[in-house]
Amino acid sequence: STTGESWSLTLTIIYSKTDFSNPKSGWEAKVVEFFKDRLKEKDAHTWVPSLNDVPLHYLKPNSLVKFRCLIQDMFDPEFFMGAYETVDPSTNAKVLRCGRYKDVTECGVSLVDFNSRNTVTAERQTFYCVPIPGENPWVKEISSSLFVNAAPYQARVVPSTSYAPTRQKRSYEEDDMDDMDTQPQKQREPHSGINSSQGHTEQHGNGDCKRQETEAPSSQTASASHLDLNFPLPGEKGPSCLVKVYEDWDSFKLNDTLEVFGILSVSPALSALADEKDASSSILDPTESMETAEEQRVHSPPASLVPRLHMLYARPLPHNNPLLPSATLEDNSAFLSSTLSEMASVRAELLTYLTHVLLGDALAAEYLILHLISNVYARRDVLPLGKFAMNLSGCPAAALYTQRFYQIIQQLVPSSFYLGMSLQNMNQMRLVPKKDYVANRLVSGALQLARNTFLFLDETHLEQGQLDTTGVRNVTALGNLISWQKVDYDFNYHQMEFPCNINVLIASEGRSLLPSDCQIHLQSQVSPPNMEEYLSNIQLHPQTSSQLNKFRIYLSVARQLDYSISDEMTKSVEDDFVDMRKDDPQSVSAEDLHRMLVVARLLSLSLGQTSLTRDSWLRAKHIDMLRRSRMEQHQCVNGNEP
Amino acid sequence: MSSPTSTPGRKRGRDGNPATPSSEGPTSPPSQRRRGQDSSNGDLMPMPTSPATDMLSPAAPQDTSLFSSPRASVLPNEVDMSSPLMYGTPSSRVEGTPRSSVRGTPARQRPDLGSVRKAPQVDLHSEPPSADGAVASEPNAGQRLVIWGTDVNVGTCKEKFQRFLQRFIDPTATEDENAGLDLNEPLYMQKLEEISVVGDPVLNVNCLQVQSFDAELYRQLICYPQEVIPTFDMAVNELFFERFPDSILEYQIQVRPYNALKTRNMRSLNPEDIDQLITISGMVIRTSQLIPEMQEAFFQCQVCAYSTRVEVDRGRIAEPAVCRHCNNTHSLALVHNRSAFSDKQMIKIQESPEDMPAGQTPHTTIVYAHNDLVDKVQPGDRINITGIYRAVPMRVSPIQSNVKSVYKTHIDAIHFRKTDEKRLHGLDEDAEQKLFTEDRVQTLKELAAKPDVYERLSSALAPSIYEHEDIKKGILLQLFGGTRKDFSQTGRGNFRAEVNILLCGDPGTSKSQLLQYVFNLVPRGQYTSGKGSSAVGLTAYVMKDPETRQLVLQTGALVLSDNGICCIDEFDKMSDSTRSVLHEVMEQQTLSIAKAGIICQLNARTAVLAAANPVESQWNPKKTTIENIQLPHTLLSRFDLIFLMLDPQDEAYDRRLAHHLVSLYYQSEEQIEEEFLDMAVLRDYIAYARTYINPRLSEEASQALIEAYVDMRKIGSGRGMVSAYPRQLESLIRLAEAHAKVRFSEKVETIDVEEAKRLHREALKQSATDPRTGFVDISILTTGMSATARKRKEEVAQALKKLIQAKGKTPAMKYQQLLDDLRGQSETAITKELFDEALRSLADEDYLTVTGKTVRLLA
Repeated sequence: STTGESWSLTLTIIYSKTDFSNPKSGWEAKVVEFFKDRLKEKDAHTWVPSLNDVPLHYLKPNSLVKFRCLIQDMFDPEFFMGAYETVDPSTNAKVLRCGRYKDVTECGVSLVDFNSRNTVTAERQTFYCVPIPGENPWVKEISSSLFVNAAPYQARVVPSTSYAPTRQKRSYEEDDMDDMDTQPQKQREPHSGINSSQGHTEQHGNGDCKRQETEAPSSQTASASHLDLNFPLPGEKGPSCLVKVYEDWDSFKLNDTLEVFGILSVSPALSALADEKDASSSILDPTESMETAEEQRVHSPPASLVPRLHMLYARPLPHNNPLLPSATLEDNSAFLSSTLSEMASVRAELLTYLTHVLLGDALAAEYLILHLISNVYARRDVLPLGKFAMNLSGCPAAALYTQRFYQIIQQLVPSSFYLGMSLQNMNQMRLVPKKDYVANRLVSGALQLARNTFLFLDETHLEQGQLDTTGVRNVTALGNLISWQKVDYDFNYHQMEFPCNINVLIASEGRSLLPSDCQIHLQSQVSPPNMEEYLSNIQLHPQTSSQLNKFRIYLSVARQLDYSISDEMTKSVEDDFVDMRKDDPQSVSAEDLHRMLVVARLLSLSLGQTSLTRDSWLRAKHIDMLRRSRMEQHQCVNGNEP
Repeated sequence: MSSPTSTPGRKRGRDGNPATPSSEGPTSPPSQRRRGQDSSNGDLMPMPTSPATDMLSPAAPQDTSLFSSPRASVLPNEVDMSSPLMYGTPSSRVEGTPRSSVRGTPARQRPDLGSVRKAPQVDLHSEPPSADGAVASEPNAGQRLVIWGTDVNVGTCKEKFQRFLQRFIDPTATEDENAGLDLNEPLYMQKLEEISVVGDPVLNVNCLQVQSFDAELYRQLICYPQEVIPTFDMAVNELFFERFPDSILEYQIQVRPYNALKTRNMRSLNPEDIDQLITISGMVIRTSQLIPEMQEAFFQCQVCAYSTRVEVDRGRIAEPAVCRHCNNTHSLALVHNRSAFSDKQMIKIQESPEDMPAGQTPHTTIVYAHNDLVDKVQPGDRINITGIYRAVPMRVSPIQSNVKSVYKTHIDAIHFRKTDEKRLHGLDEDAEQKLFTEDRVQTLKELAAKPDVYERLSSALAPSIYEHEDIKKGILLQLFGGTRKDFSQTGRGNFRAEVNILLCGDPGTSKSQLLQYVFNLVPRGQYTSGKGSSAVGLTAYVMKDPETRQLVLQTGALVLSDNGICCIDEFDKMSDSTRSVLHEVMEQQTLSIAKAGIICQLNARTAVLAAANPVESQWNPKKTTIENIQLPHTLLSRFDLIFLMLDPQDEAYDRRLAHHLVSLYYQSEEQIEEEFLDMAVLRDYIAYARTYINPRLSEEASQALIEAYVDMRKIGSGRGMVSAYPRQLESLIRLAEAHAKVRFSEKVETIDVEEAKRLHREALKQSATDPRTGFVDISILTTGMSATARKRKEEVAQALKKLIQAKGKTPAMKYQQLLDDLRGQSETAITKELFDEALRSLADEDYLTVTGKTVRLLA
């Protein structure tokens, strides 16, 4: 039998030996400790099946599973029966049972004694979690290949269900997905393009519906098509989950990315309860008629579509790159030192690669690397430190250059999103999440992204025309995101601010209308007659994955390194600044110093250096000067100058 | 038809086990702890809604009589009509109440309390091991009776409450809170008198006052509201009809307690609070349609037409199986239109944004409003609600034995209080009052006692922004604000207490960052950008609700930041019409609206913190402030402090700036924490000072202010110009008061005036220095032109006049020619603007007119 099951068996044993009625026994803590210890064992986590990879119907109810996800919404806390007593009507025997980690009471033939004095009321919190938005296909592939225990699931499930999902069918599905991912410009355009914001609801409805039919035909198929799983980005797939949290729920924040280990609950009873409400009129029960049908649908969706996961333990994810060891970098010094020693060489290779991609512009490629490893590492009151939003101007508008460019980046970063800033998109898309008070949930928007997601804004799509109210709001939201790294979610009666950490790259022809921390004008050294051909020739193909993986590891590690400035360097930077201002006070402002400090930081990290050196500082100054002199050449006045 | 109002387990348990009261409650000490236990064991037991589970209850068969004929007797048989137990069963038809007038007035059901009528009492005497049982004599036997499951003795409770009503005098009451009431007379007796005159039978009782009068009574009220409030009702009715036997009320007086301190925050509600009286604040987000809820069912026998009434008992109606008249079974049918219904409404409230920890989404709670509380609130209202917290189990599915093990929670509302309602009238102290723990107050006071508190706080403000200390100090004083004064009786109206500040300067000098910081710091801050906001977005507009066709007033940023700070970025980019609404707000602190038939004046006591960029991309030091930012001087004069944020361009400054920035980038978060005051402390400090400190001018301080003002006026008089206006004096007073608040001082003293003077002078030095003369000239800000500039204009006009006169009788001249001639003879440079102004002033004298490019002499 599988590990997940054996562990849930252990849980049952713990249950049977525990005196639940005694709140002081502390058994809850013991259970959590037990699982934490087990999961710390070497590679233990690779033995637990993941909801991200294994289709829901392969997984056994009440077994231990994991789920890599983002907290999209937080529901109200609920009170439940932490312990209750059942009475067998024939023998009158009483049994005390535990309600933790379960949705439905377990009674068998006996009935719950509501008058029991041993009933314990407890509180738990529900989070609505979705797979990490914009997670790139390579991340999914690699994570699922890490799951060493896949075979038993397929072998066992096939006979147990009348429906036999053969390996062929499964792989067909995957191929289908791969197709879509390798040609995103064709698939994505209809999504993030014209009919996006309104259209995507129906689209994933249908998508899910299809998924249902091929994977697990059930009676819920019909209702599934009405269900909006509320993914932040259009065109997303995968399960969403109601995660029940029993401890410390205040420590979780919206948009946190987690790996949740918990007990899967897909009890058909949950769906039955939901169905029944639809069927019979709810007149009989006024407490439930108070919930609107929408609210019902959102808060108690069929468990076959949105499984419940009772959290035992959650690991916050500092990144979602499966190529990095799951332990933090400090705990894994062997890995860290081996990567650090290679960093300079990998950087050189990556620089060459990106220079080709950027049509031979090495300076732009250097800045691109800095941008890709940038990260908001601290906030000083309202000021986010370390952000490095980049405006790549001078992008060739022709031949879908920007889209090919995005695909190349997509292969390097774990999560990304391409947003074509066409007028129609800006006027119609929902970027900012909004609270829907009827359904009582936070309707997601494209800016509800996990930390370090690469957001590519394609301004070459923008044409002249009228922005309507939504458009203005969307542009303001993007501006706020770039300047303050925060998104003001719309709660109808007020706005609420959520900090974020998103790498924004704006590709434009002239200077962008959005603010940015640094603007670099692309100077192409080559002018290939056929851009399409040129780019597909240089693009690394998934077959050359070892090269790609090196780059992927490099970018994720560089972002997570610590960094410091010695007192000596502080002094020298100060001197430099004073000197520069002495010559020409107009030339360098405080803002320029801000930027140069960030550039110096990122430059050091990109070389694997964890403290600032004189060389790096000079190099940072040098490339910033090069960049600025280039900007002066391309001073085209379009009204976006500060 | 059923109701969720009743709480499941407890009542059930009580009715179910009347024979075994000794095992429960009364023996244990009547402490909250015991009750807490009770609530987790008994109270939460789900109500068996289906008869099948009902029968499971072992004791159930004993009380079938209670169910099948609930109306047969008002009281259970075991209770003697003459015993004090009578009070323990506050029936909706108070037939047993001794006072005739009470009987004459119908009681109205209180669905907000659930069904309480059948709560039996237990006699502590039945407890065998009662220590003082032997001592207790017959007369006080009644005292030993408590309501089952509680420690409430009805007689004592009633007496105590009556004593409270008759004797309570609020020692802290102030005149304006209780207009028209005599503060030295018992407060609630006056309120009763009011009821007898007005005829609105509702008595709102402040729980805080109950607590200060009788802590034990307060505890009982909080823990057992369902039992205690009906007792209060009885007490107040007896008292009332004794006092005013002739008054006629629609129904009996209902007591509505508010301001229970048990819980303040929705987030902190937990299973312990179930069935207790709580007060939480929040915002209404949704209200349902009116729901008619059956209170009493009317049944008629199909055979003999005999009719009977059945009251709703814990949400259910027990349908009589047998007609008592003709003994036919199953012959009774419900007649809907003869049944009695009450109004009910579901309201959803969401926790207020201020109560929420960062990074989490707000919680919501369902509230049921009953009878006259229905439709009292609208979505968007901020309310404090007092009510009883309930938990009801999810419905048992009839086909399954498995149950969803979750409870639904809601609050039965007893009292609503809109926290933003009083915005139309004045400050609402209760709503604004933030509760501080004693420890916190202690910390704040310790901080205030430090001699350098002012510097500490100002450096804690936006630590990431370098230097600009005076600007930060100015903003700090703005955050505290002056003392609110009311001169409406003398016809002057309110004096503005808010300090308005304008920051102007080069782009990229972190003005926006300062604004963002302030906006994040204050609870009622609004942030708008001049580019994006219209007059409507700033003020208020009238909207027609598409569903109800009701006119709704939607408020904009200025009204929303009432008692807060409105941060306006890119002030210079604002359209003129938008800017014009600011005139009223910034001096009168009100906002007048006359639109779609709604004419009103809203309070907008907001401090304005604005930032403006110069018209040219860089600040031109050769020009005055007005010329640089091109804002009308009428608006500028409404700012108390105008600061320039310029790049100082000096080496020492550069070095410090560089050091500051570099350290910003490598210090870890902990180091930052150590160095500066926590934002939360700063926020509490400000909130505390704003709420509790109301400094008044001391004798010396007023003398100092007078001197300062006289000095300011003297400076200019030597050069023939006015250098200070009463507005500047007012500014000084406000700043001095704010500085006293920073020190937590109730008195404005000379040091406060000194600092106000210094800051005011600093700001003036920056913004009102005449670039031509180097003198500080207030008229730049008040008239838009410095006195020297005005003098210069006069001189040019005179020179021009002389020039024209010298030309002799030429009726028309070329514009360009004239300009060249004037330039030729003048030794100072004459700009085209200056020339135009000279022409204009001559035109004003009716000396000449300018048409196109020709200048014609008149007469």
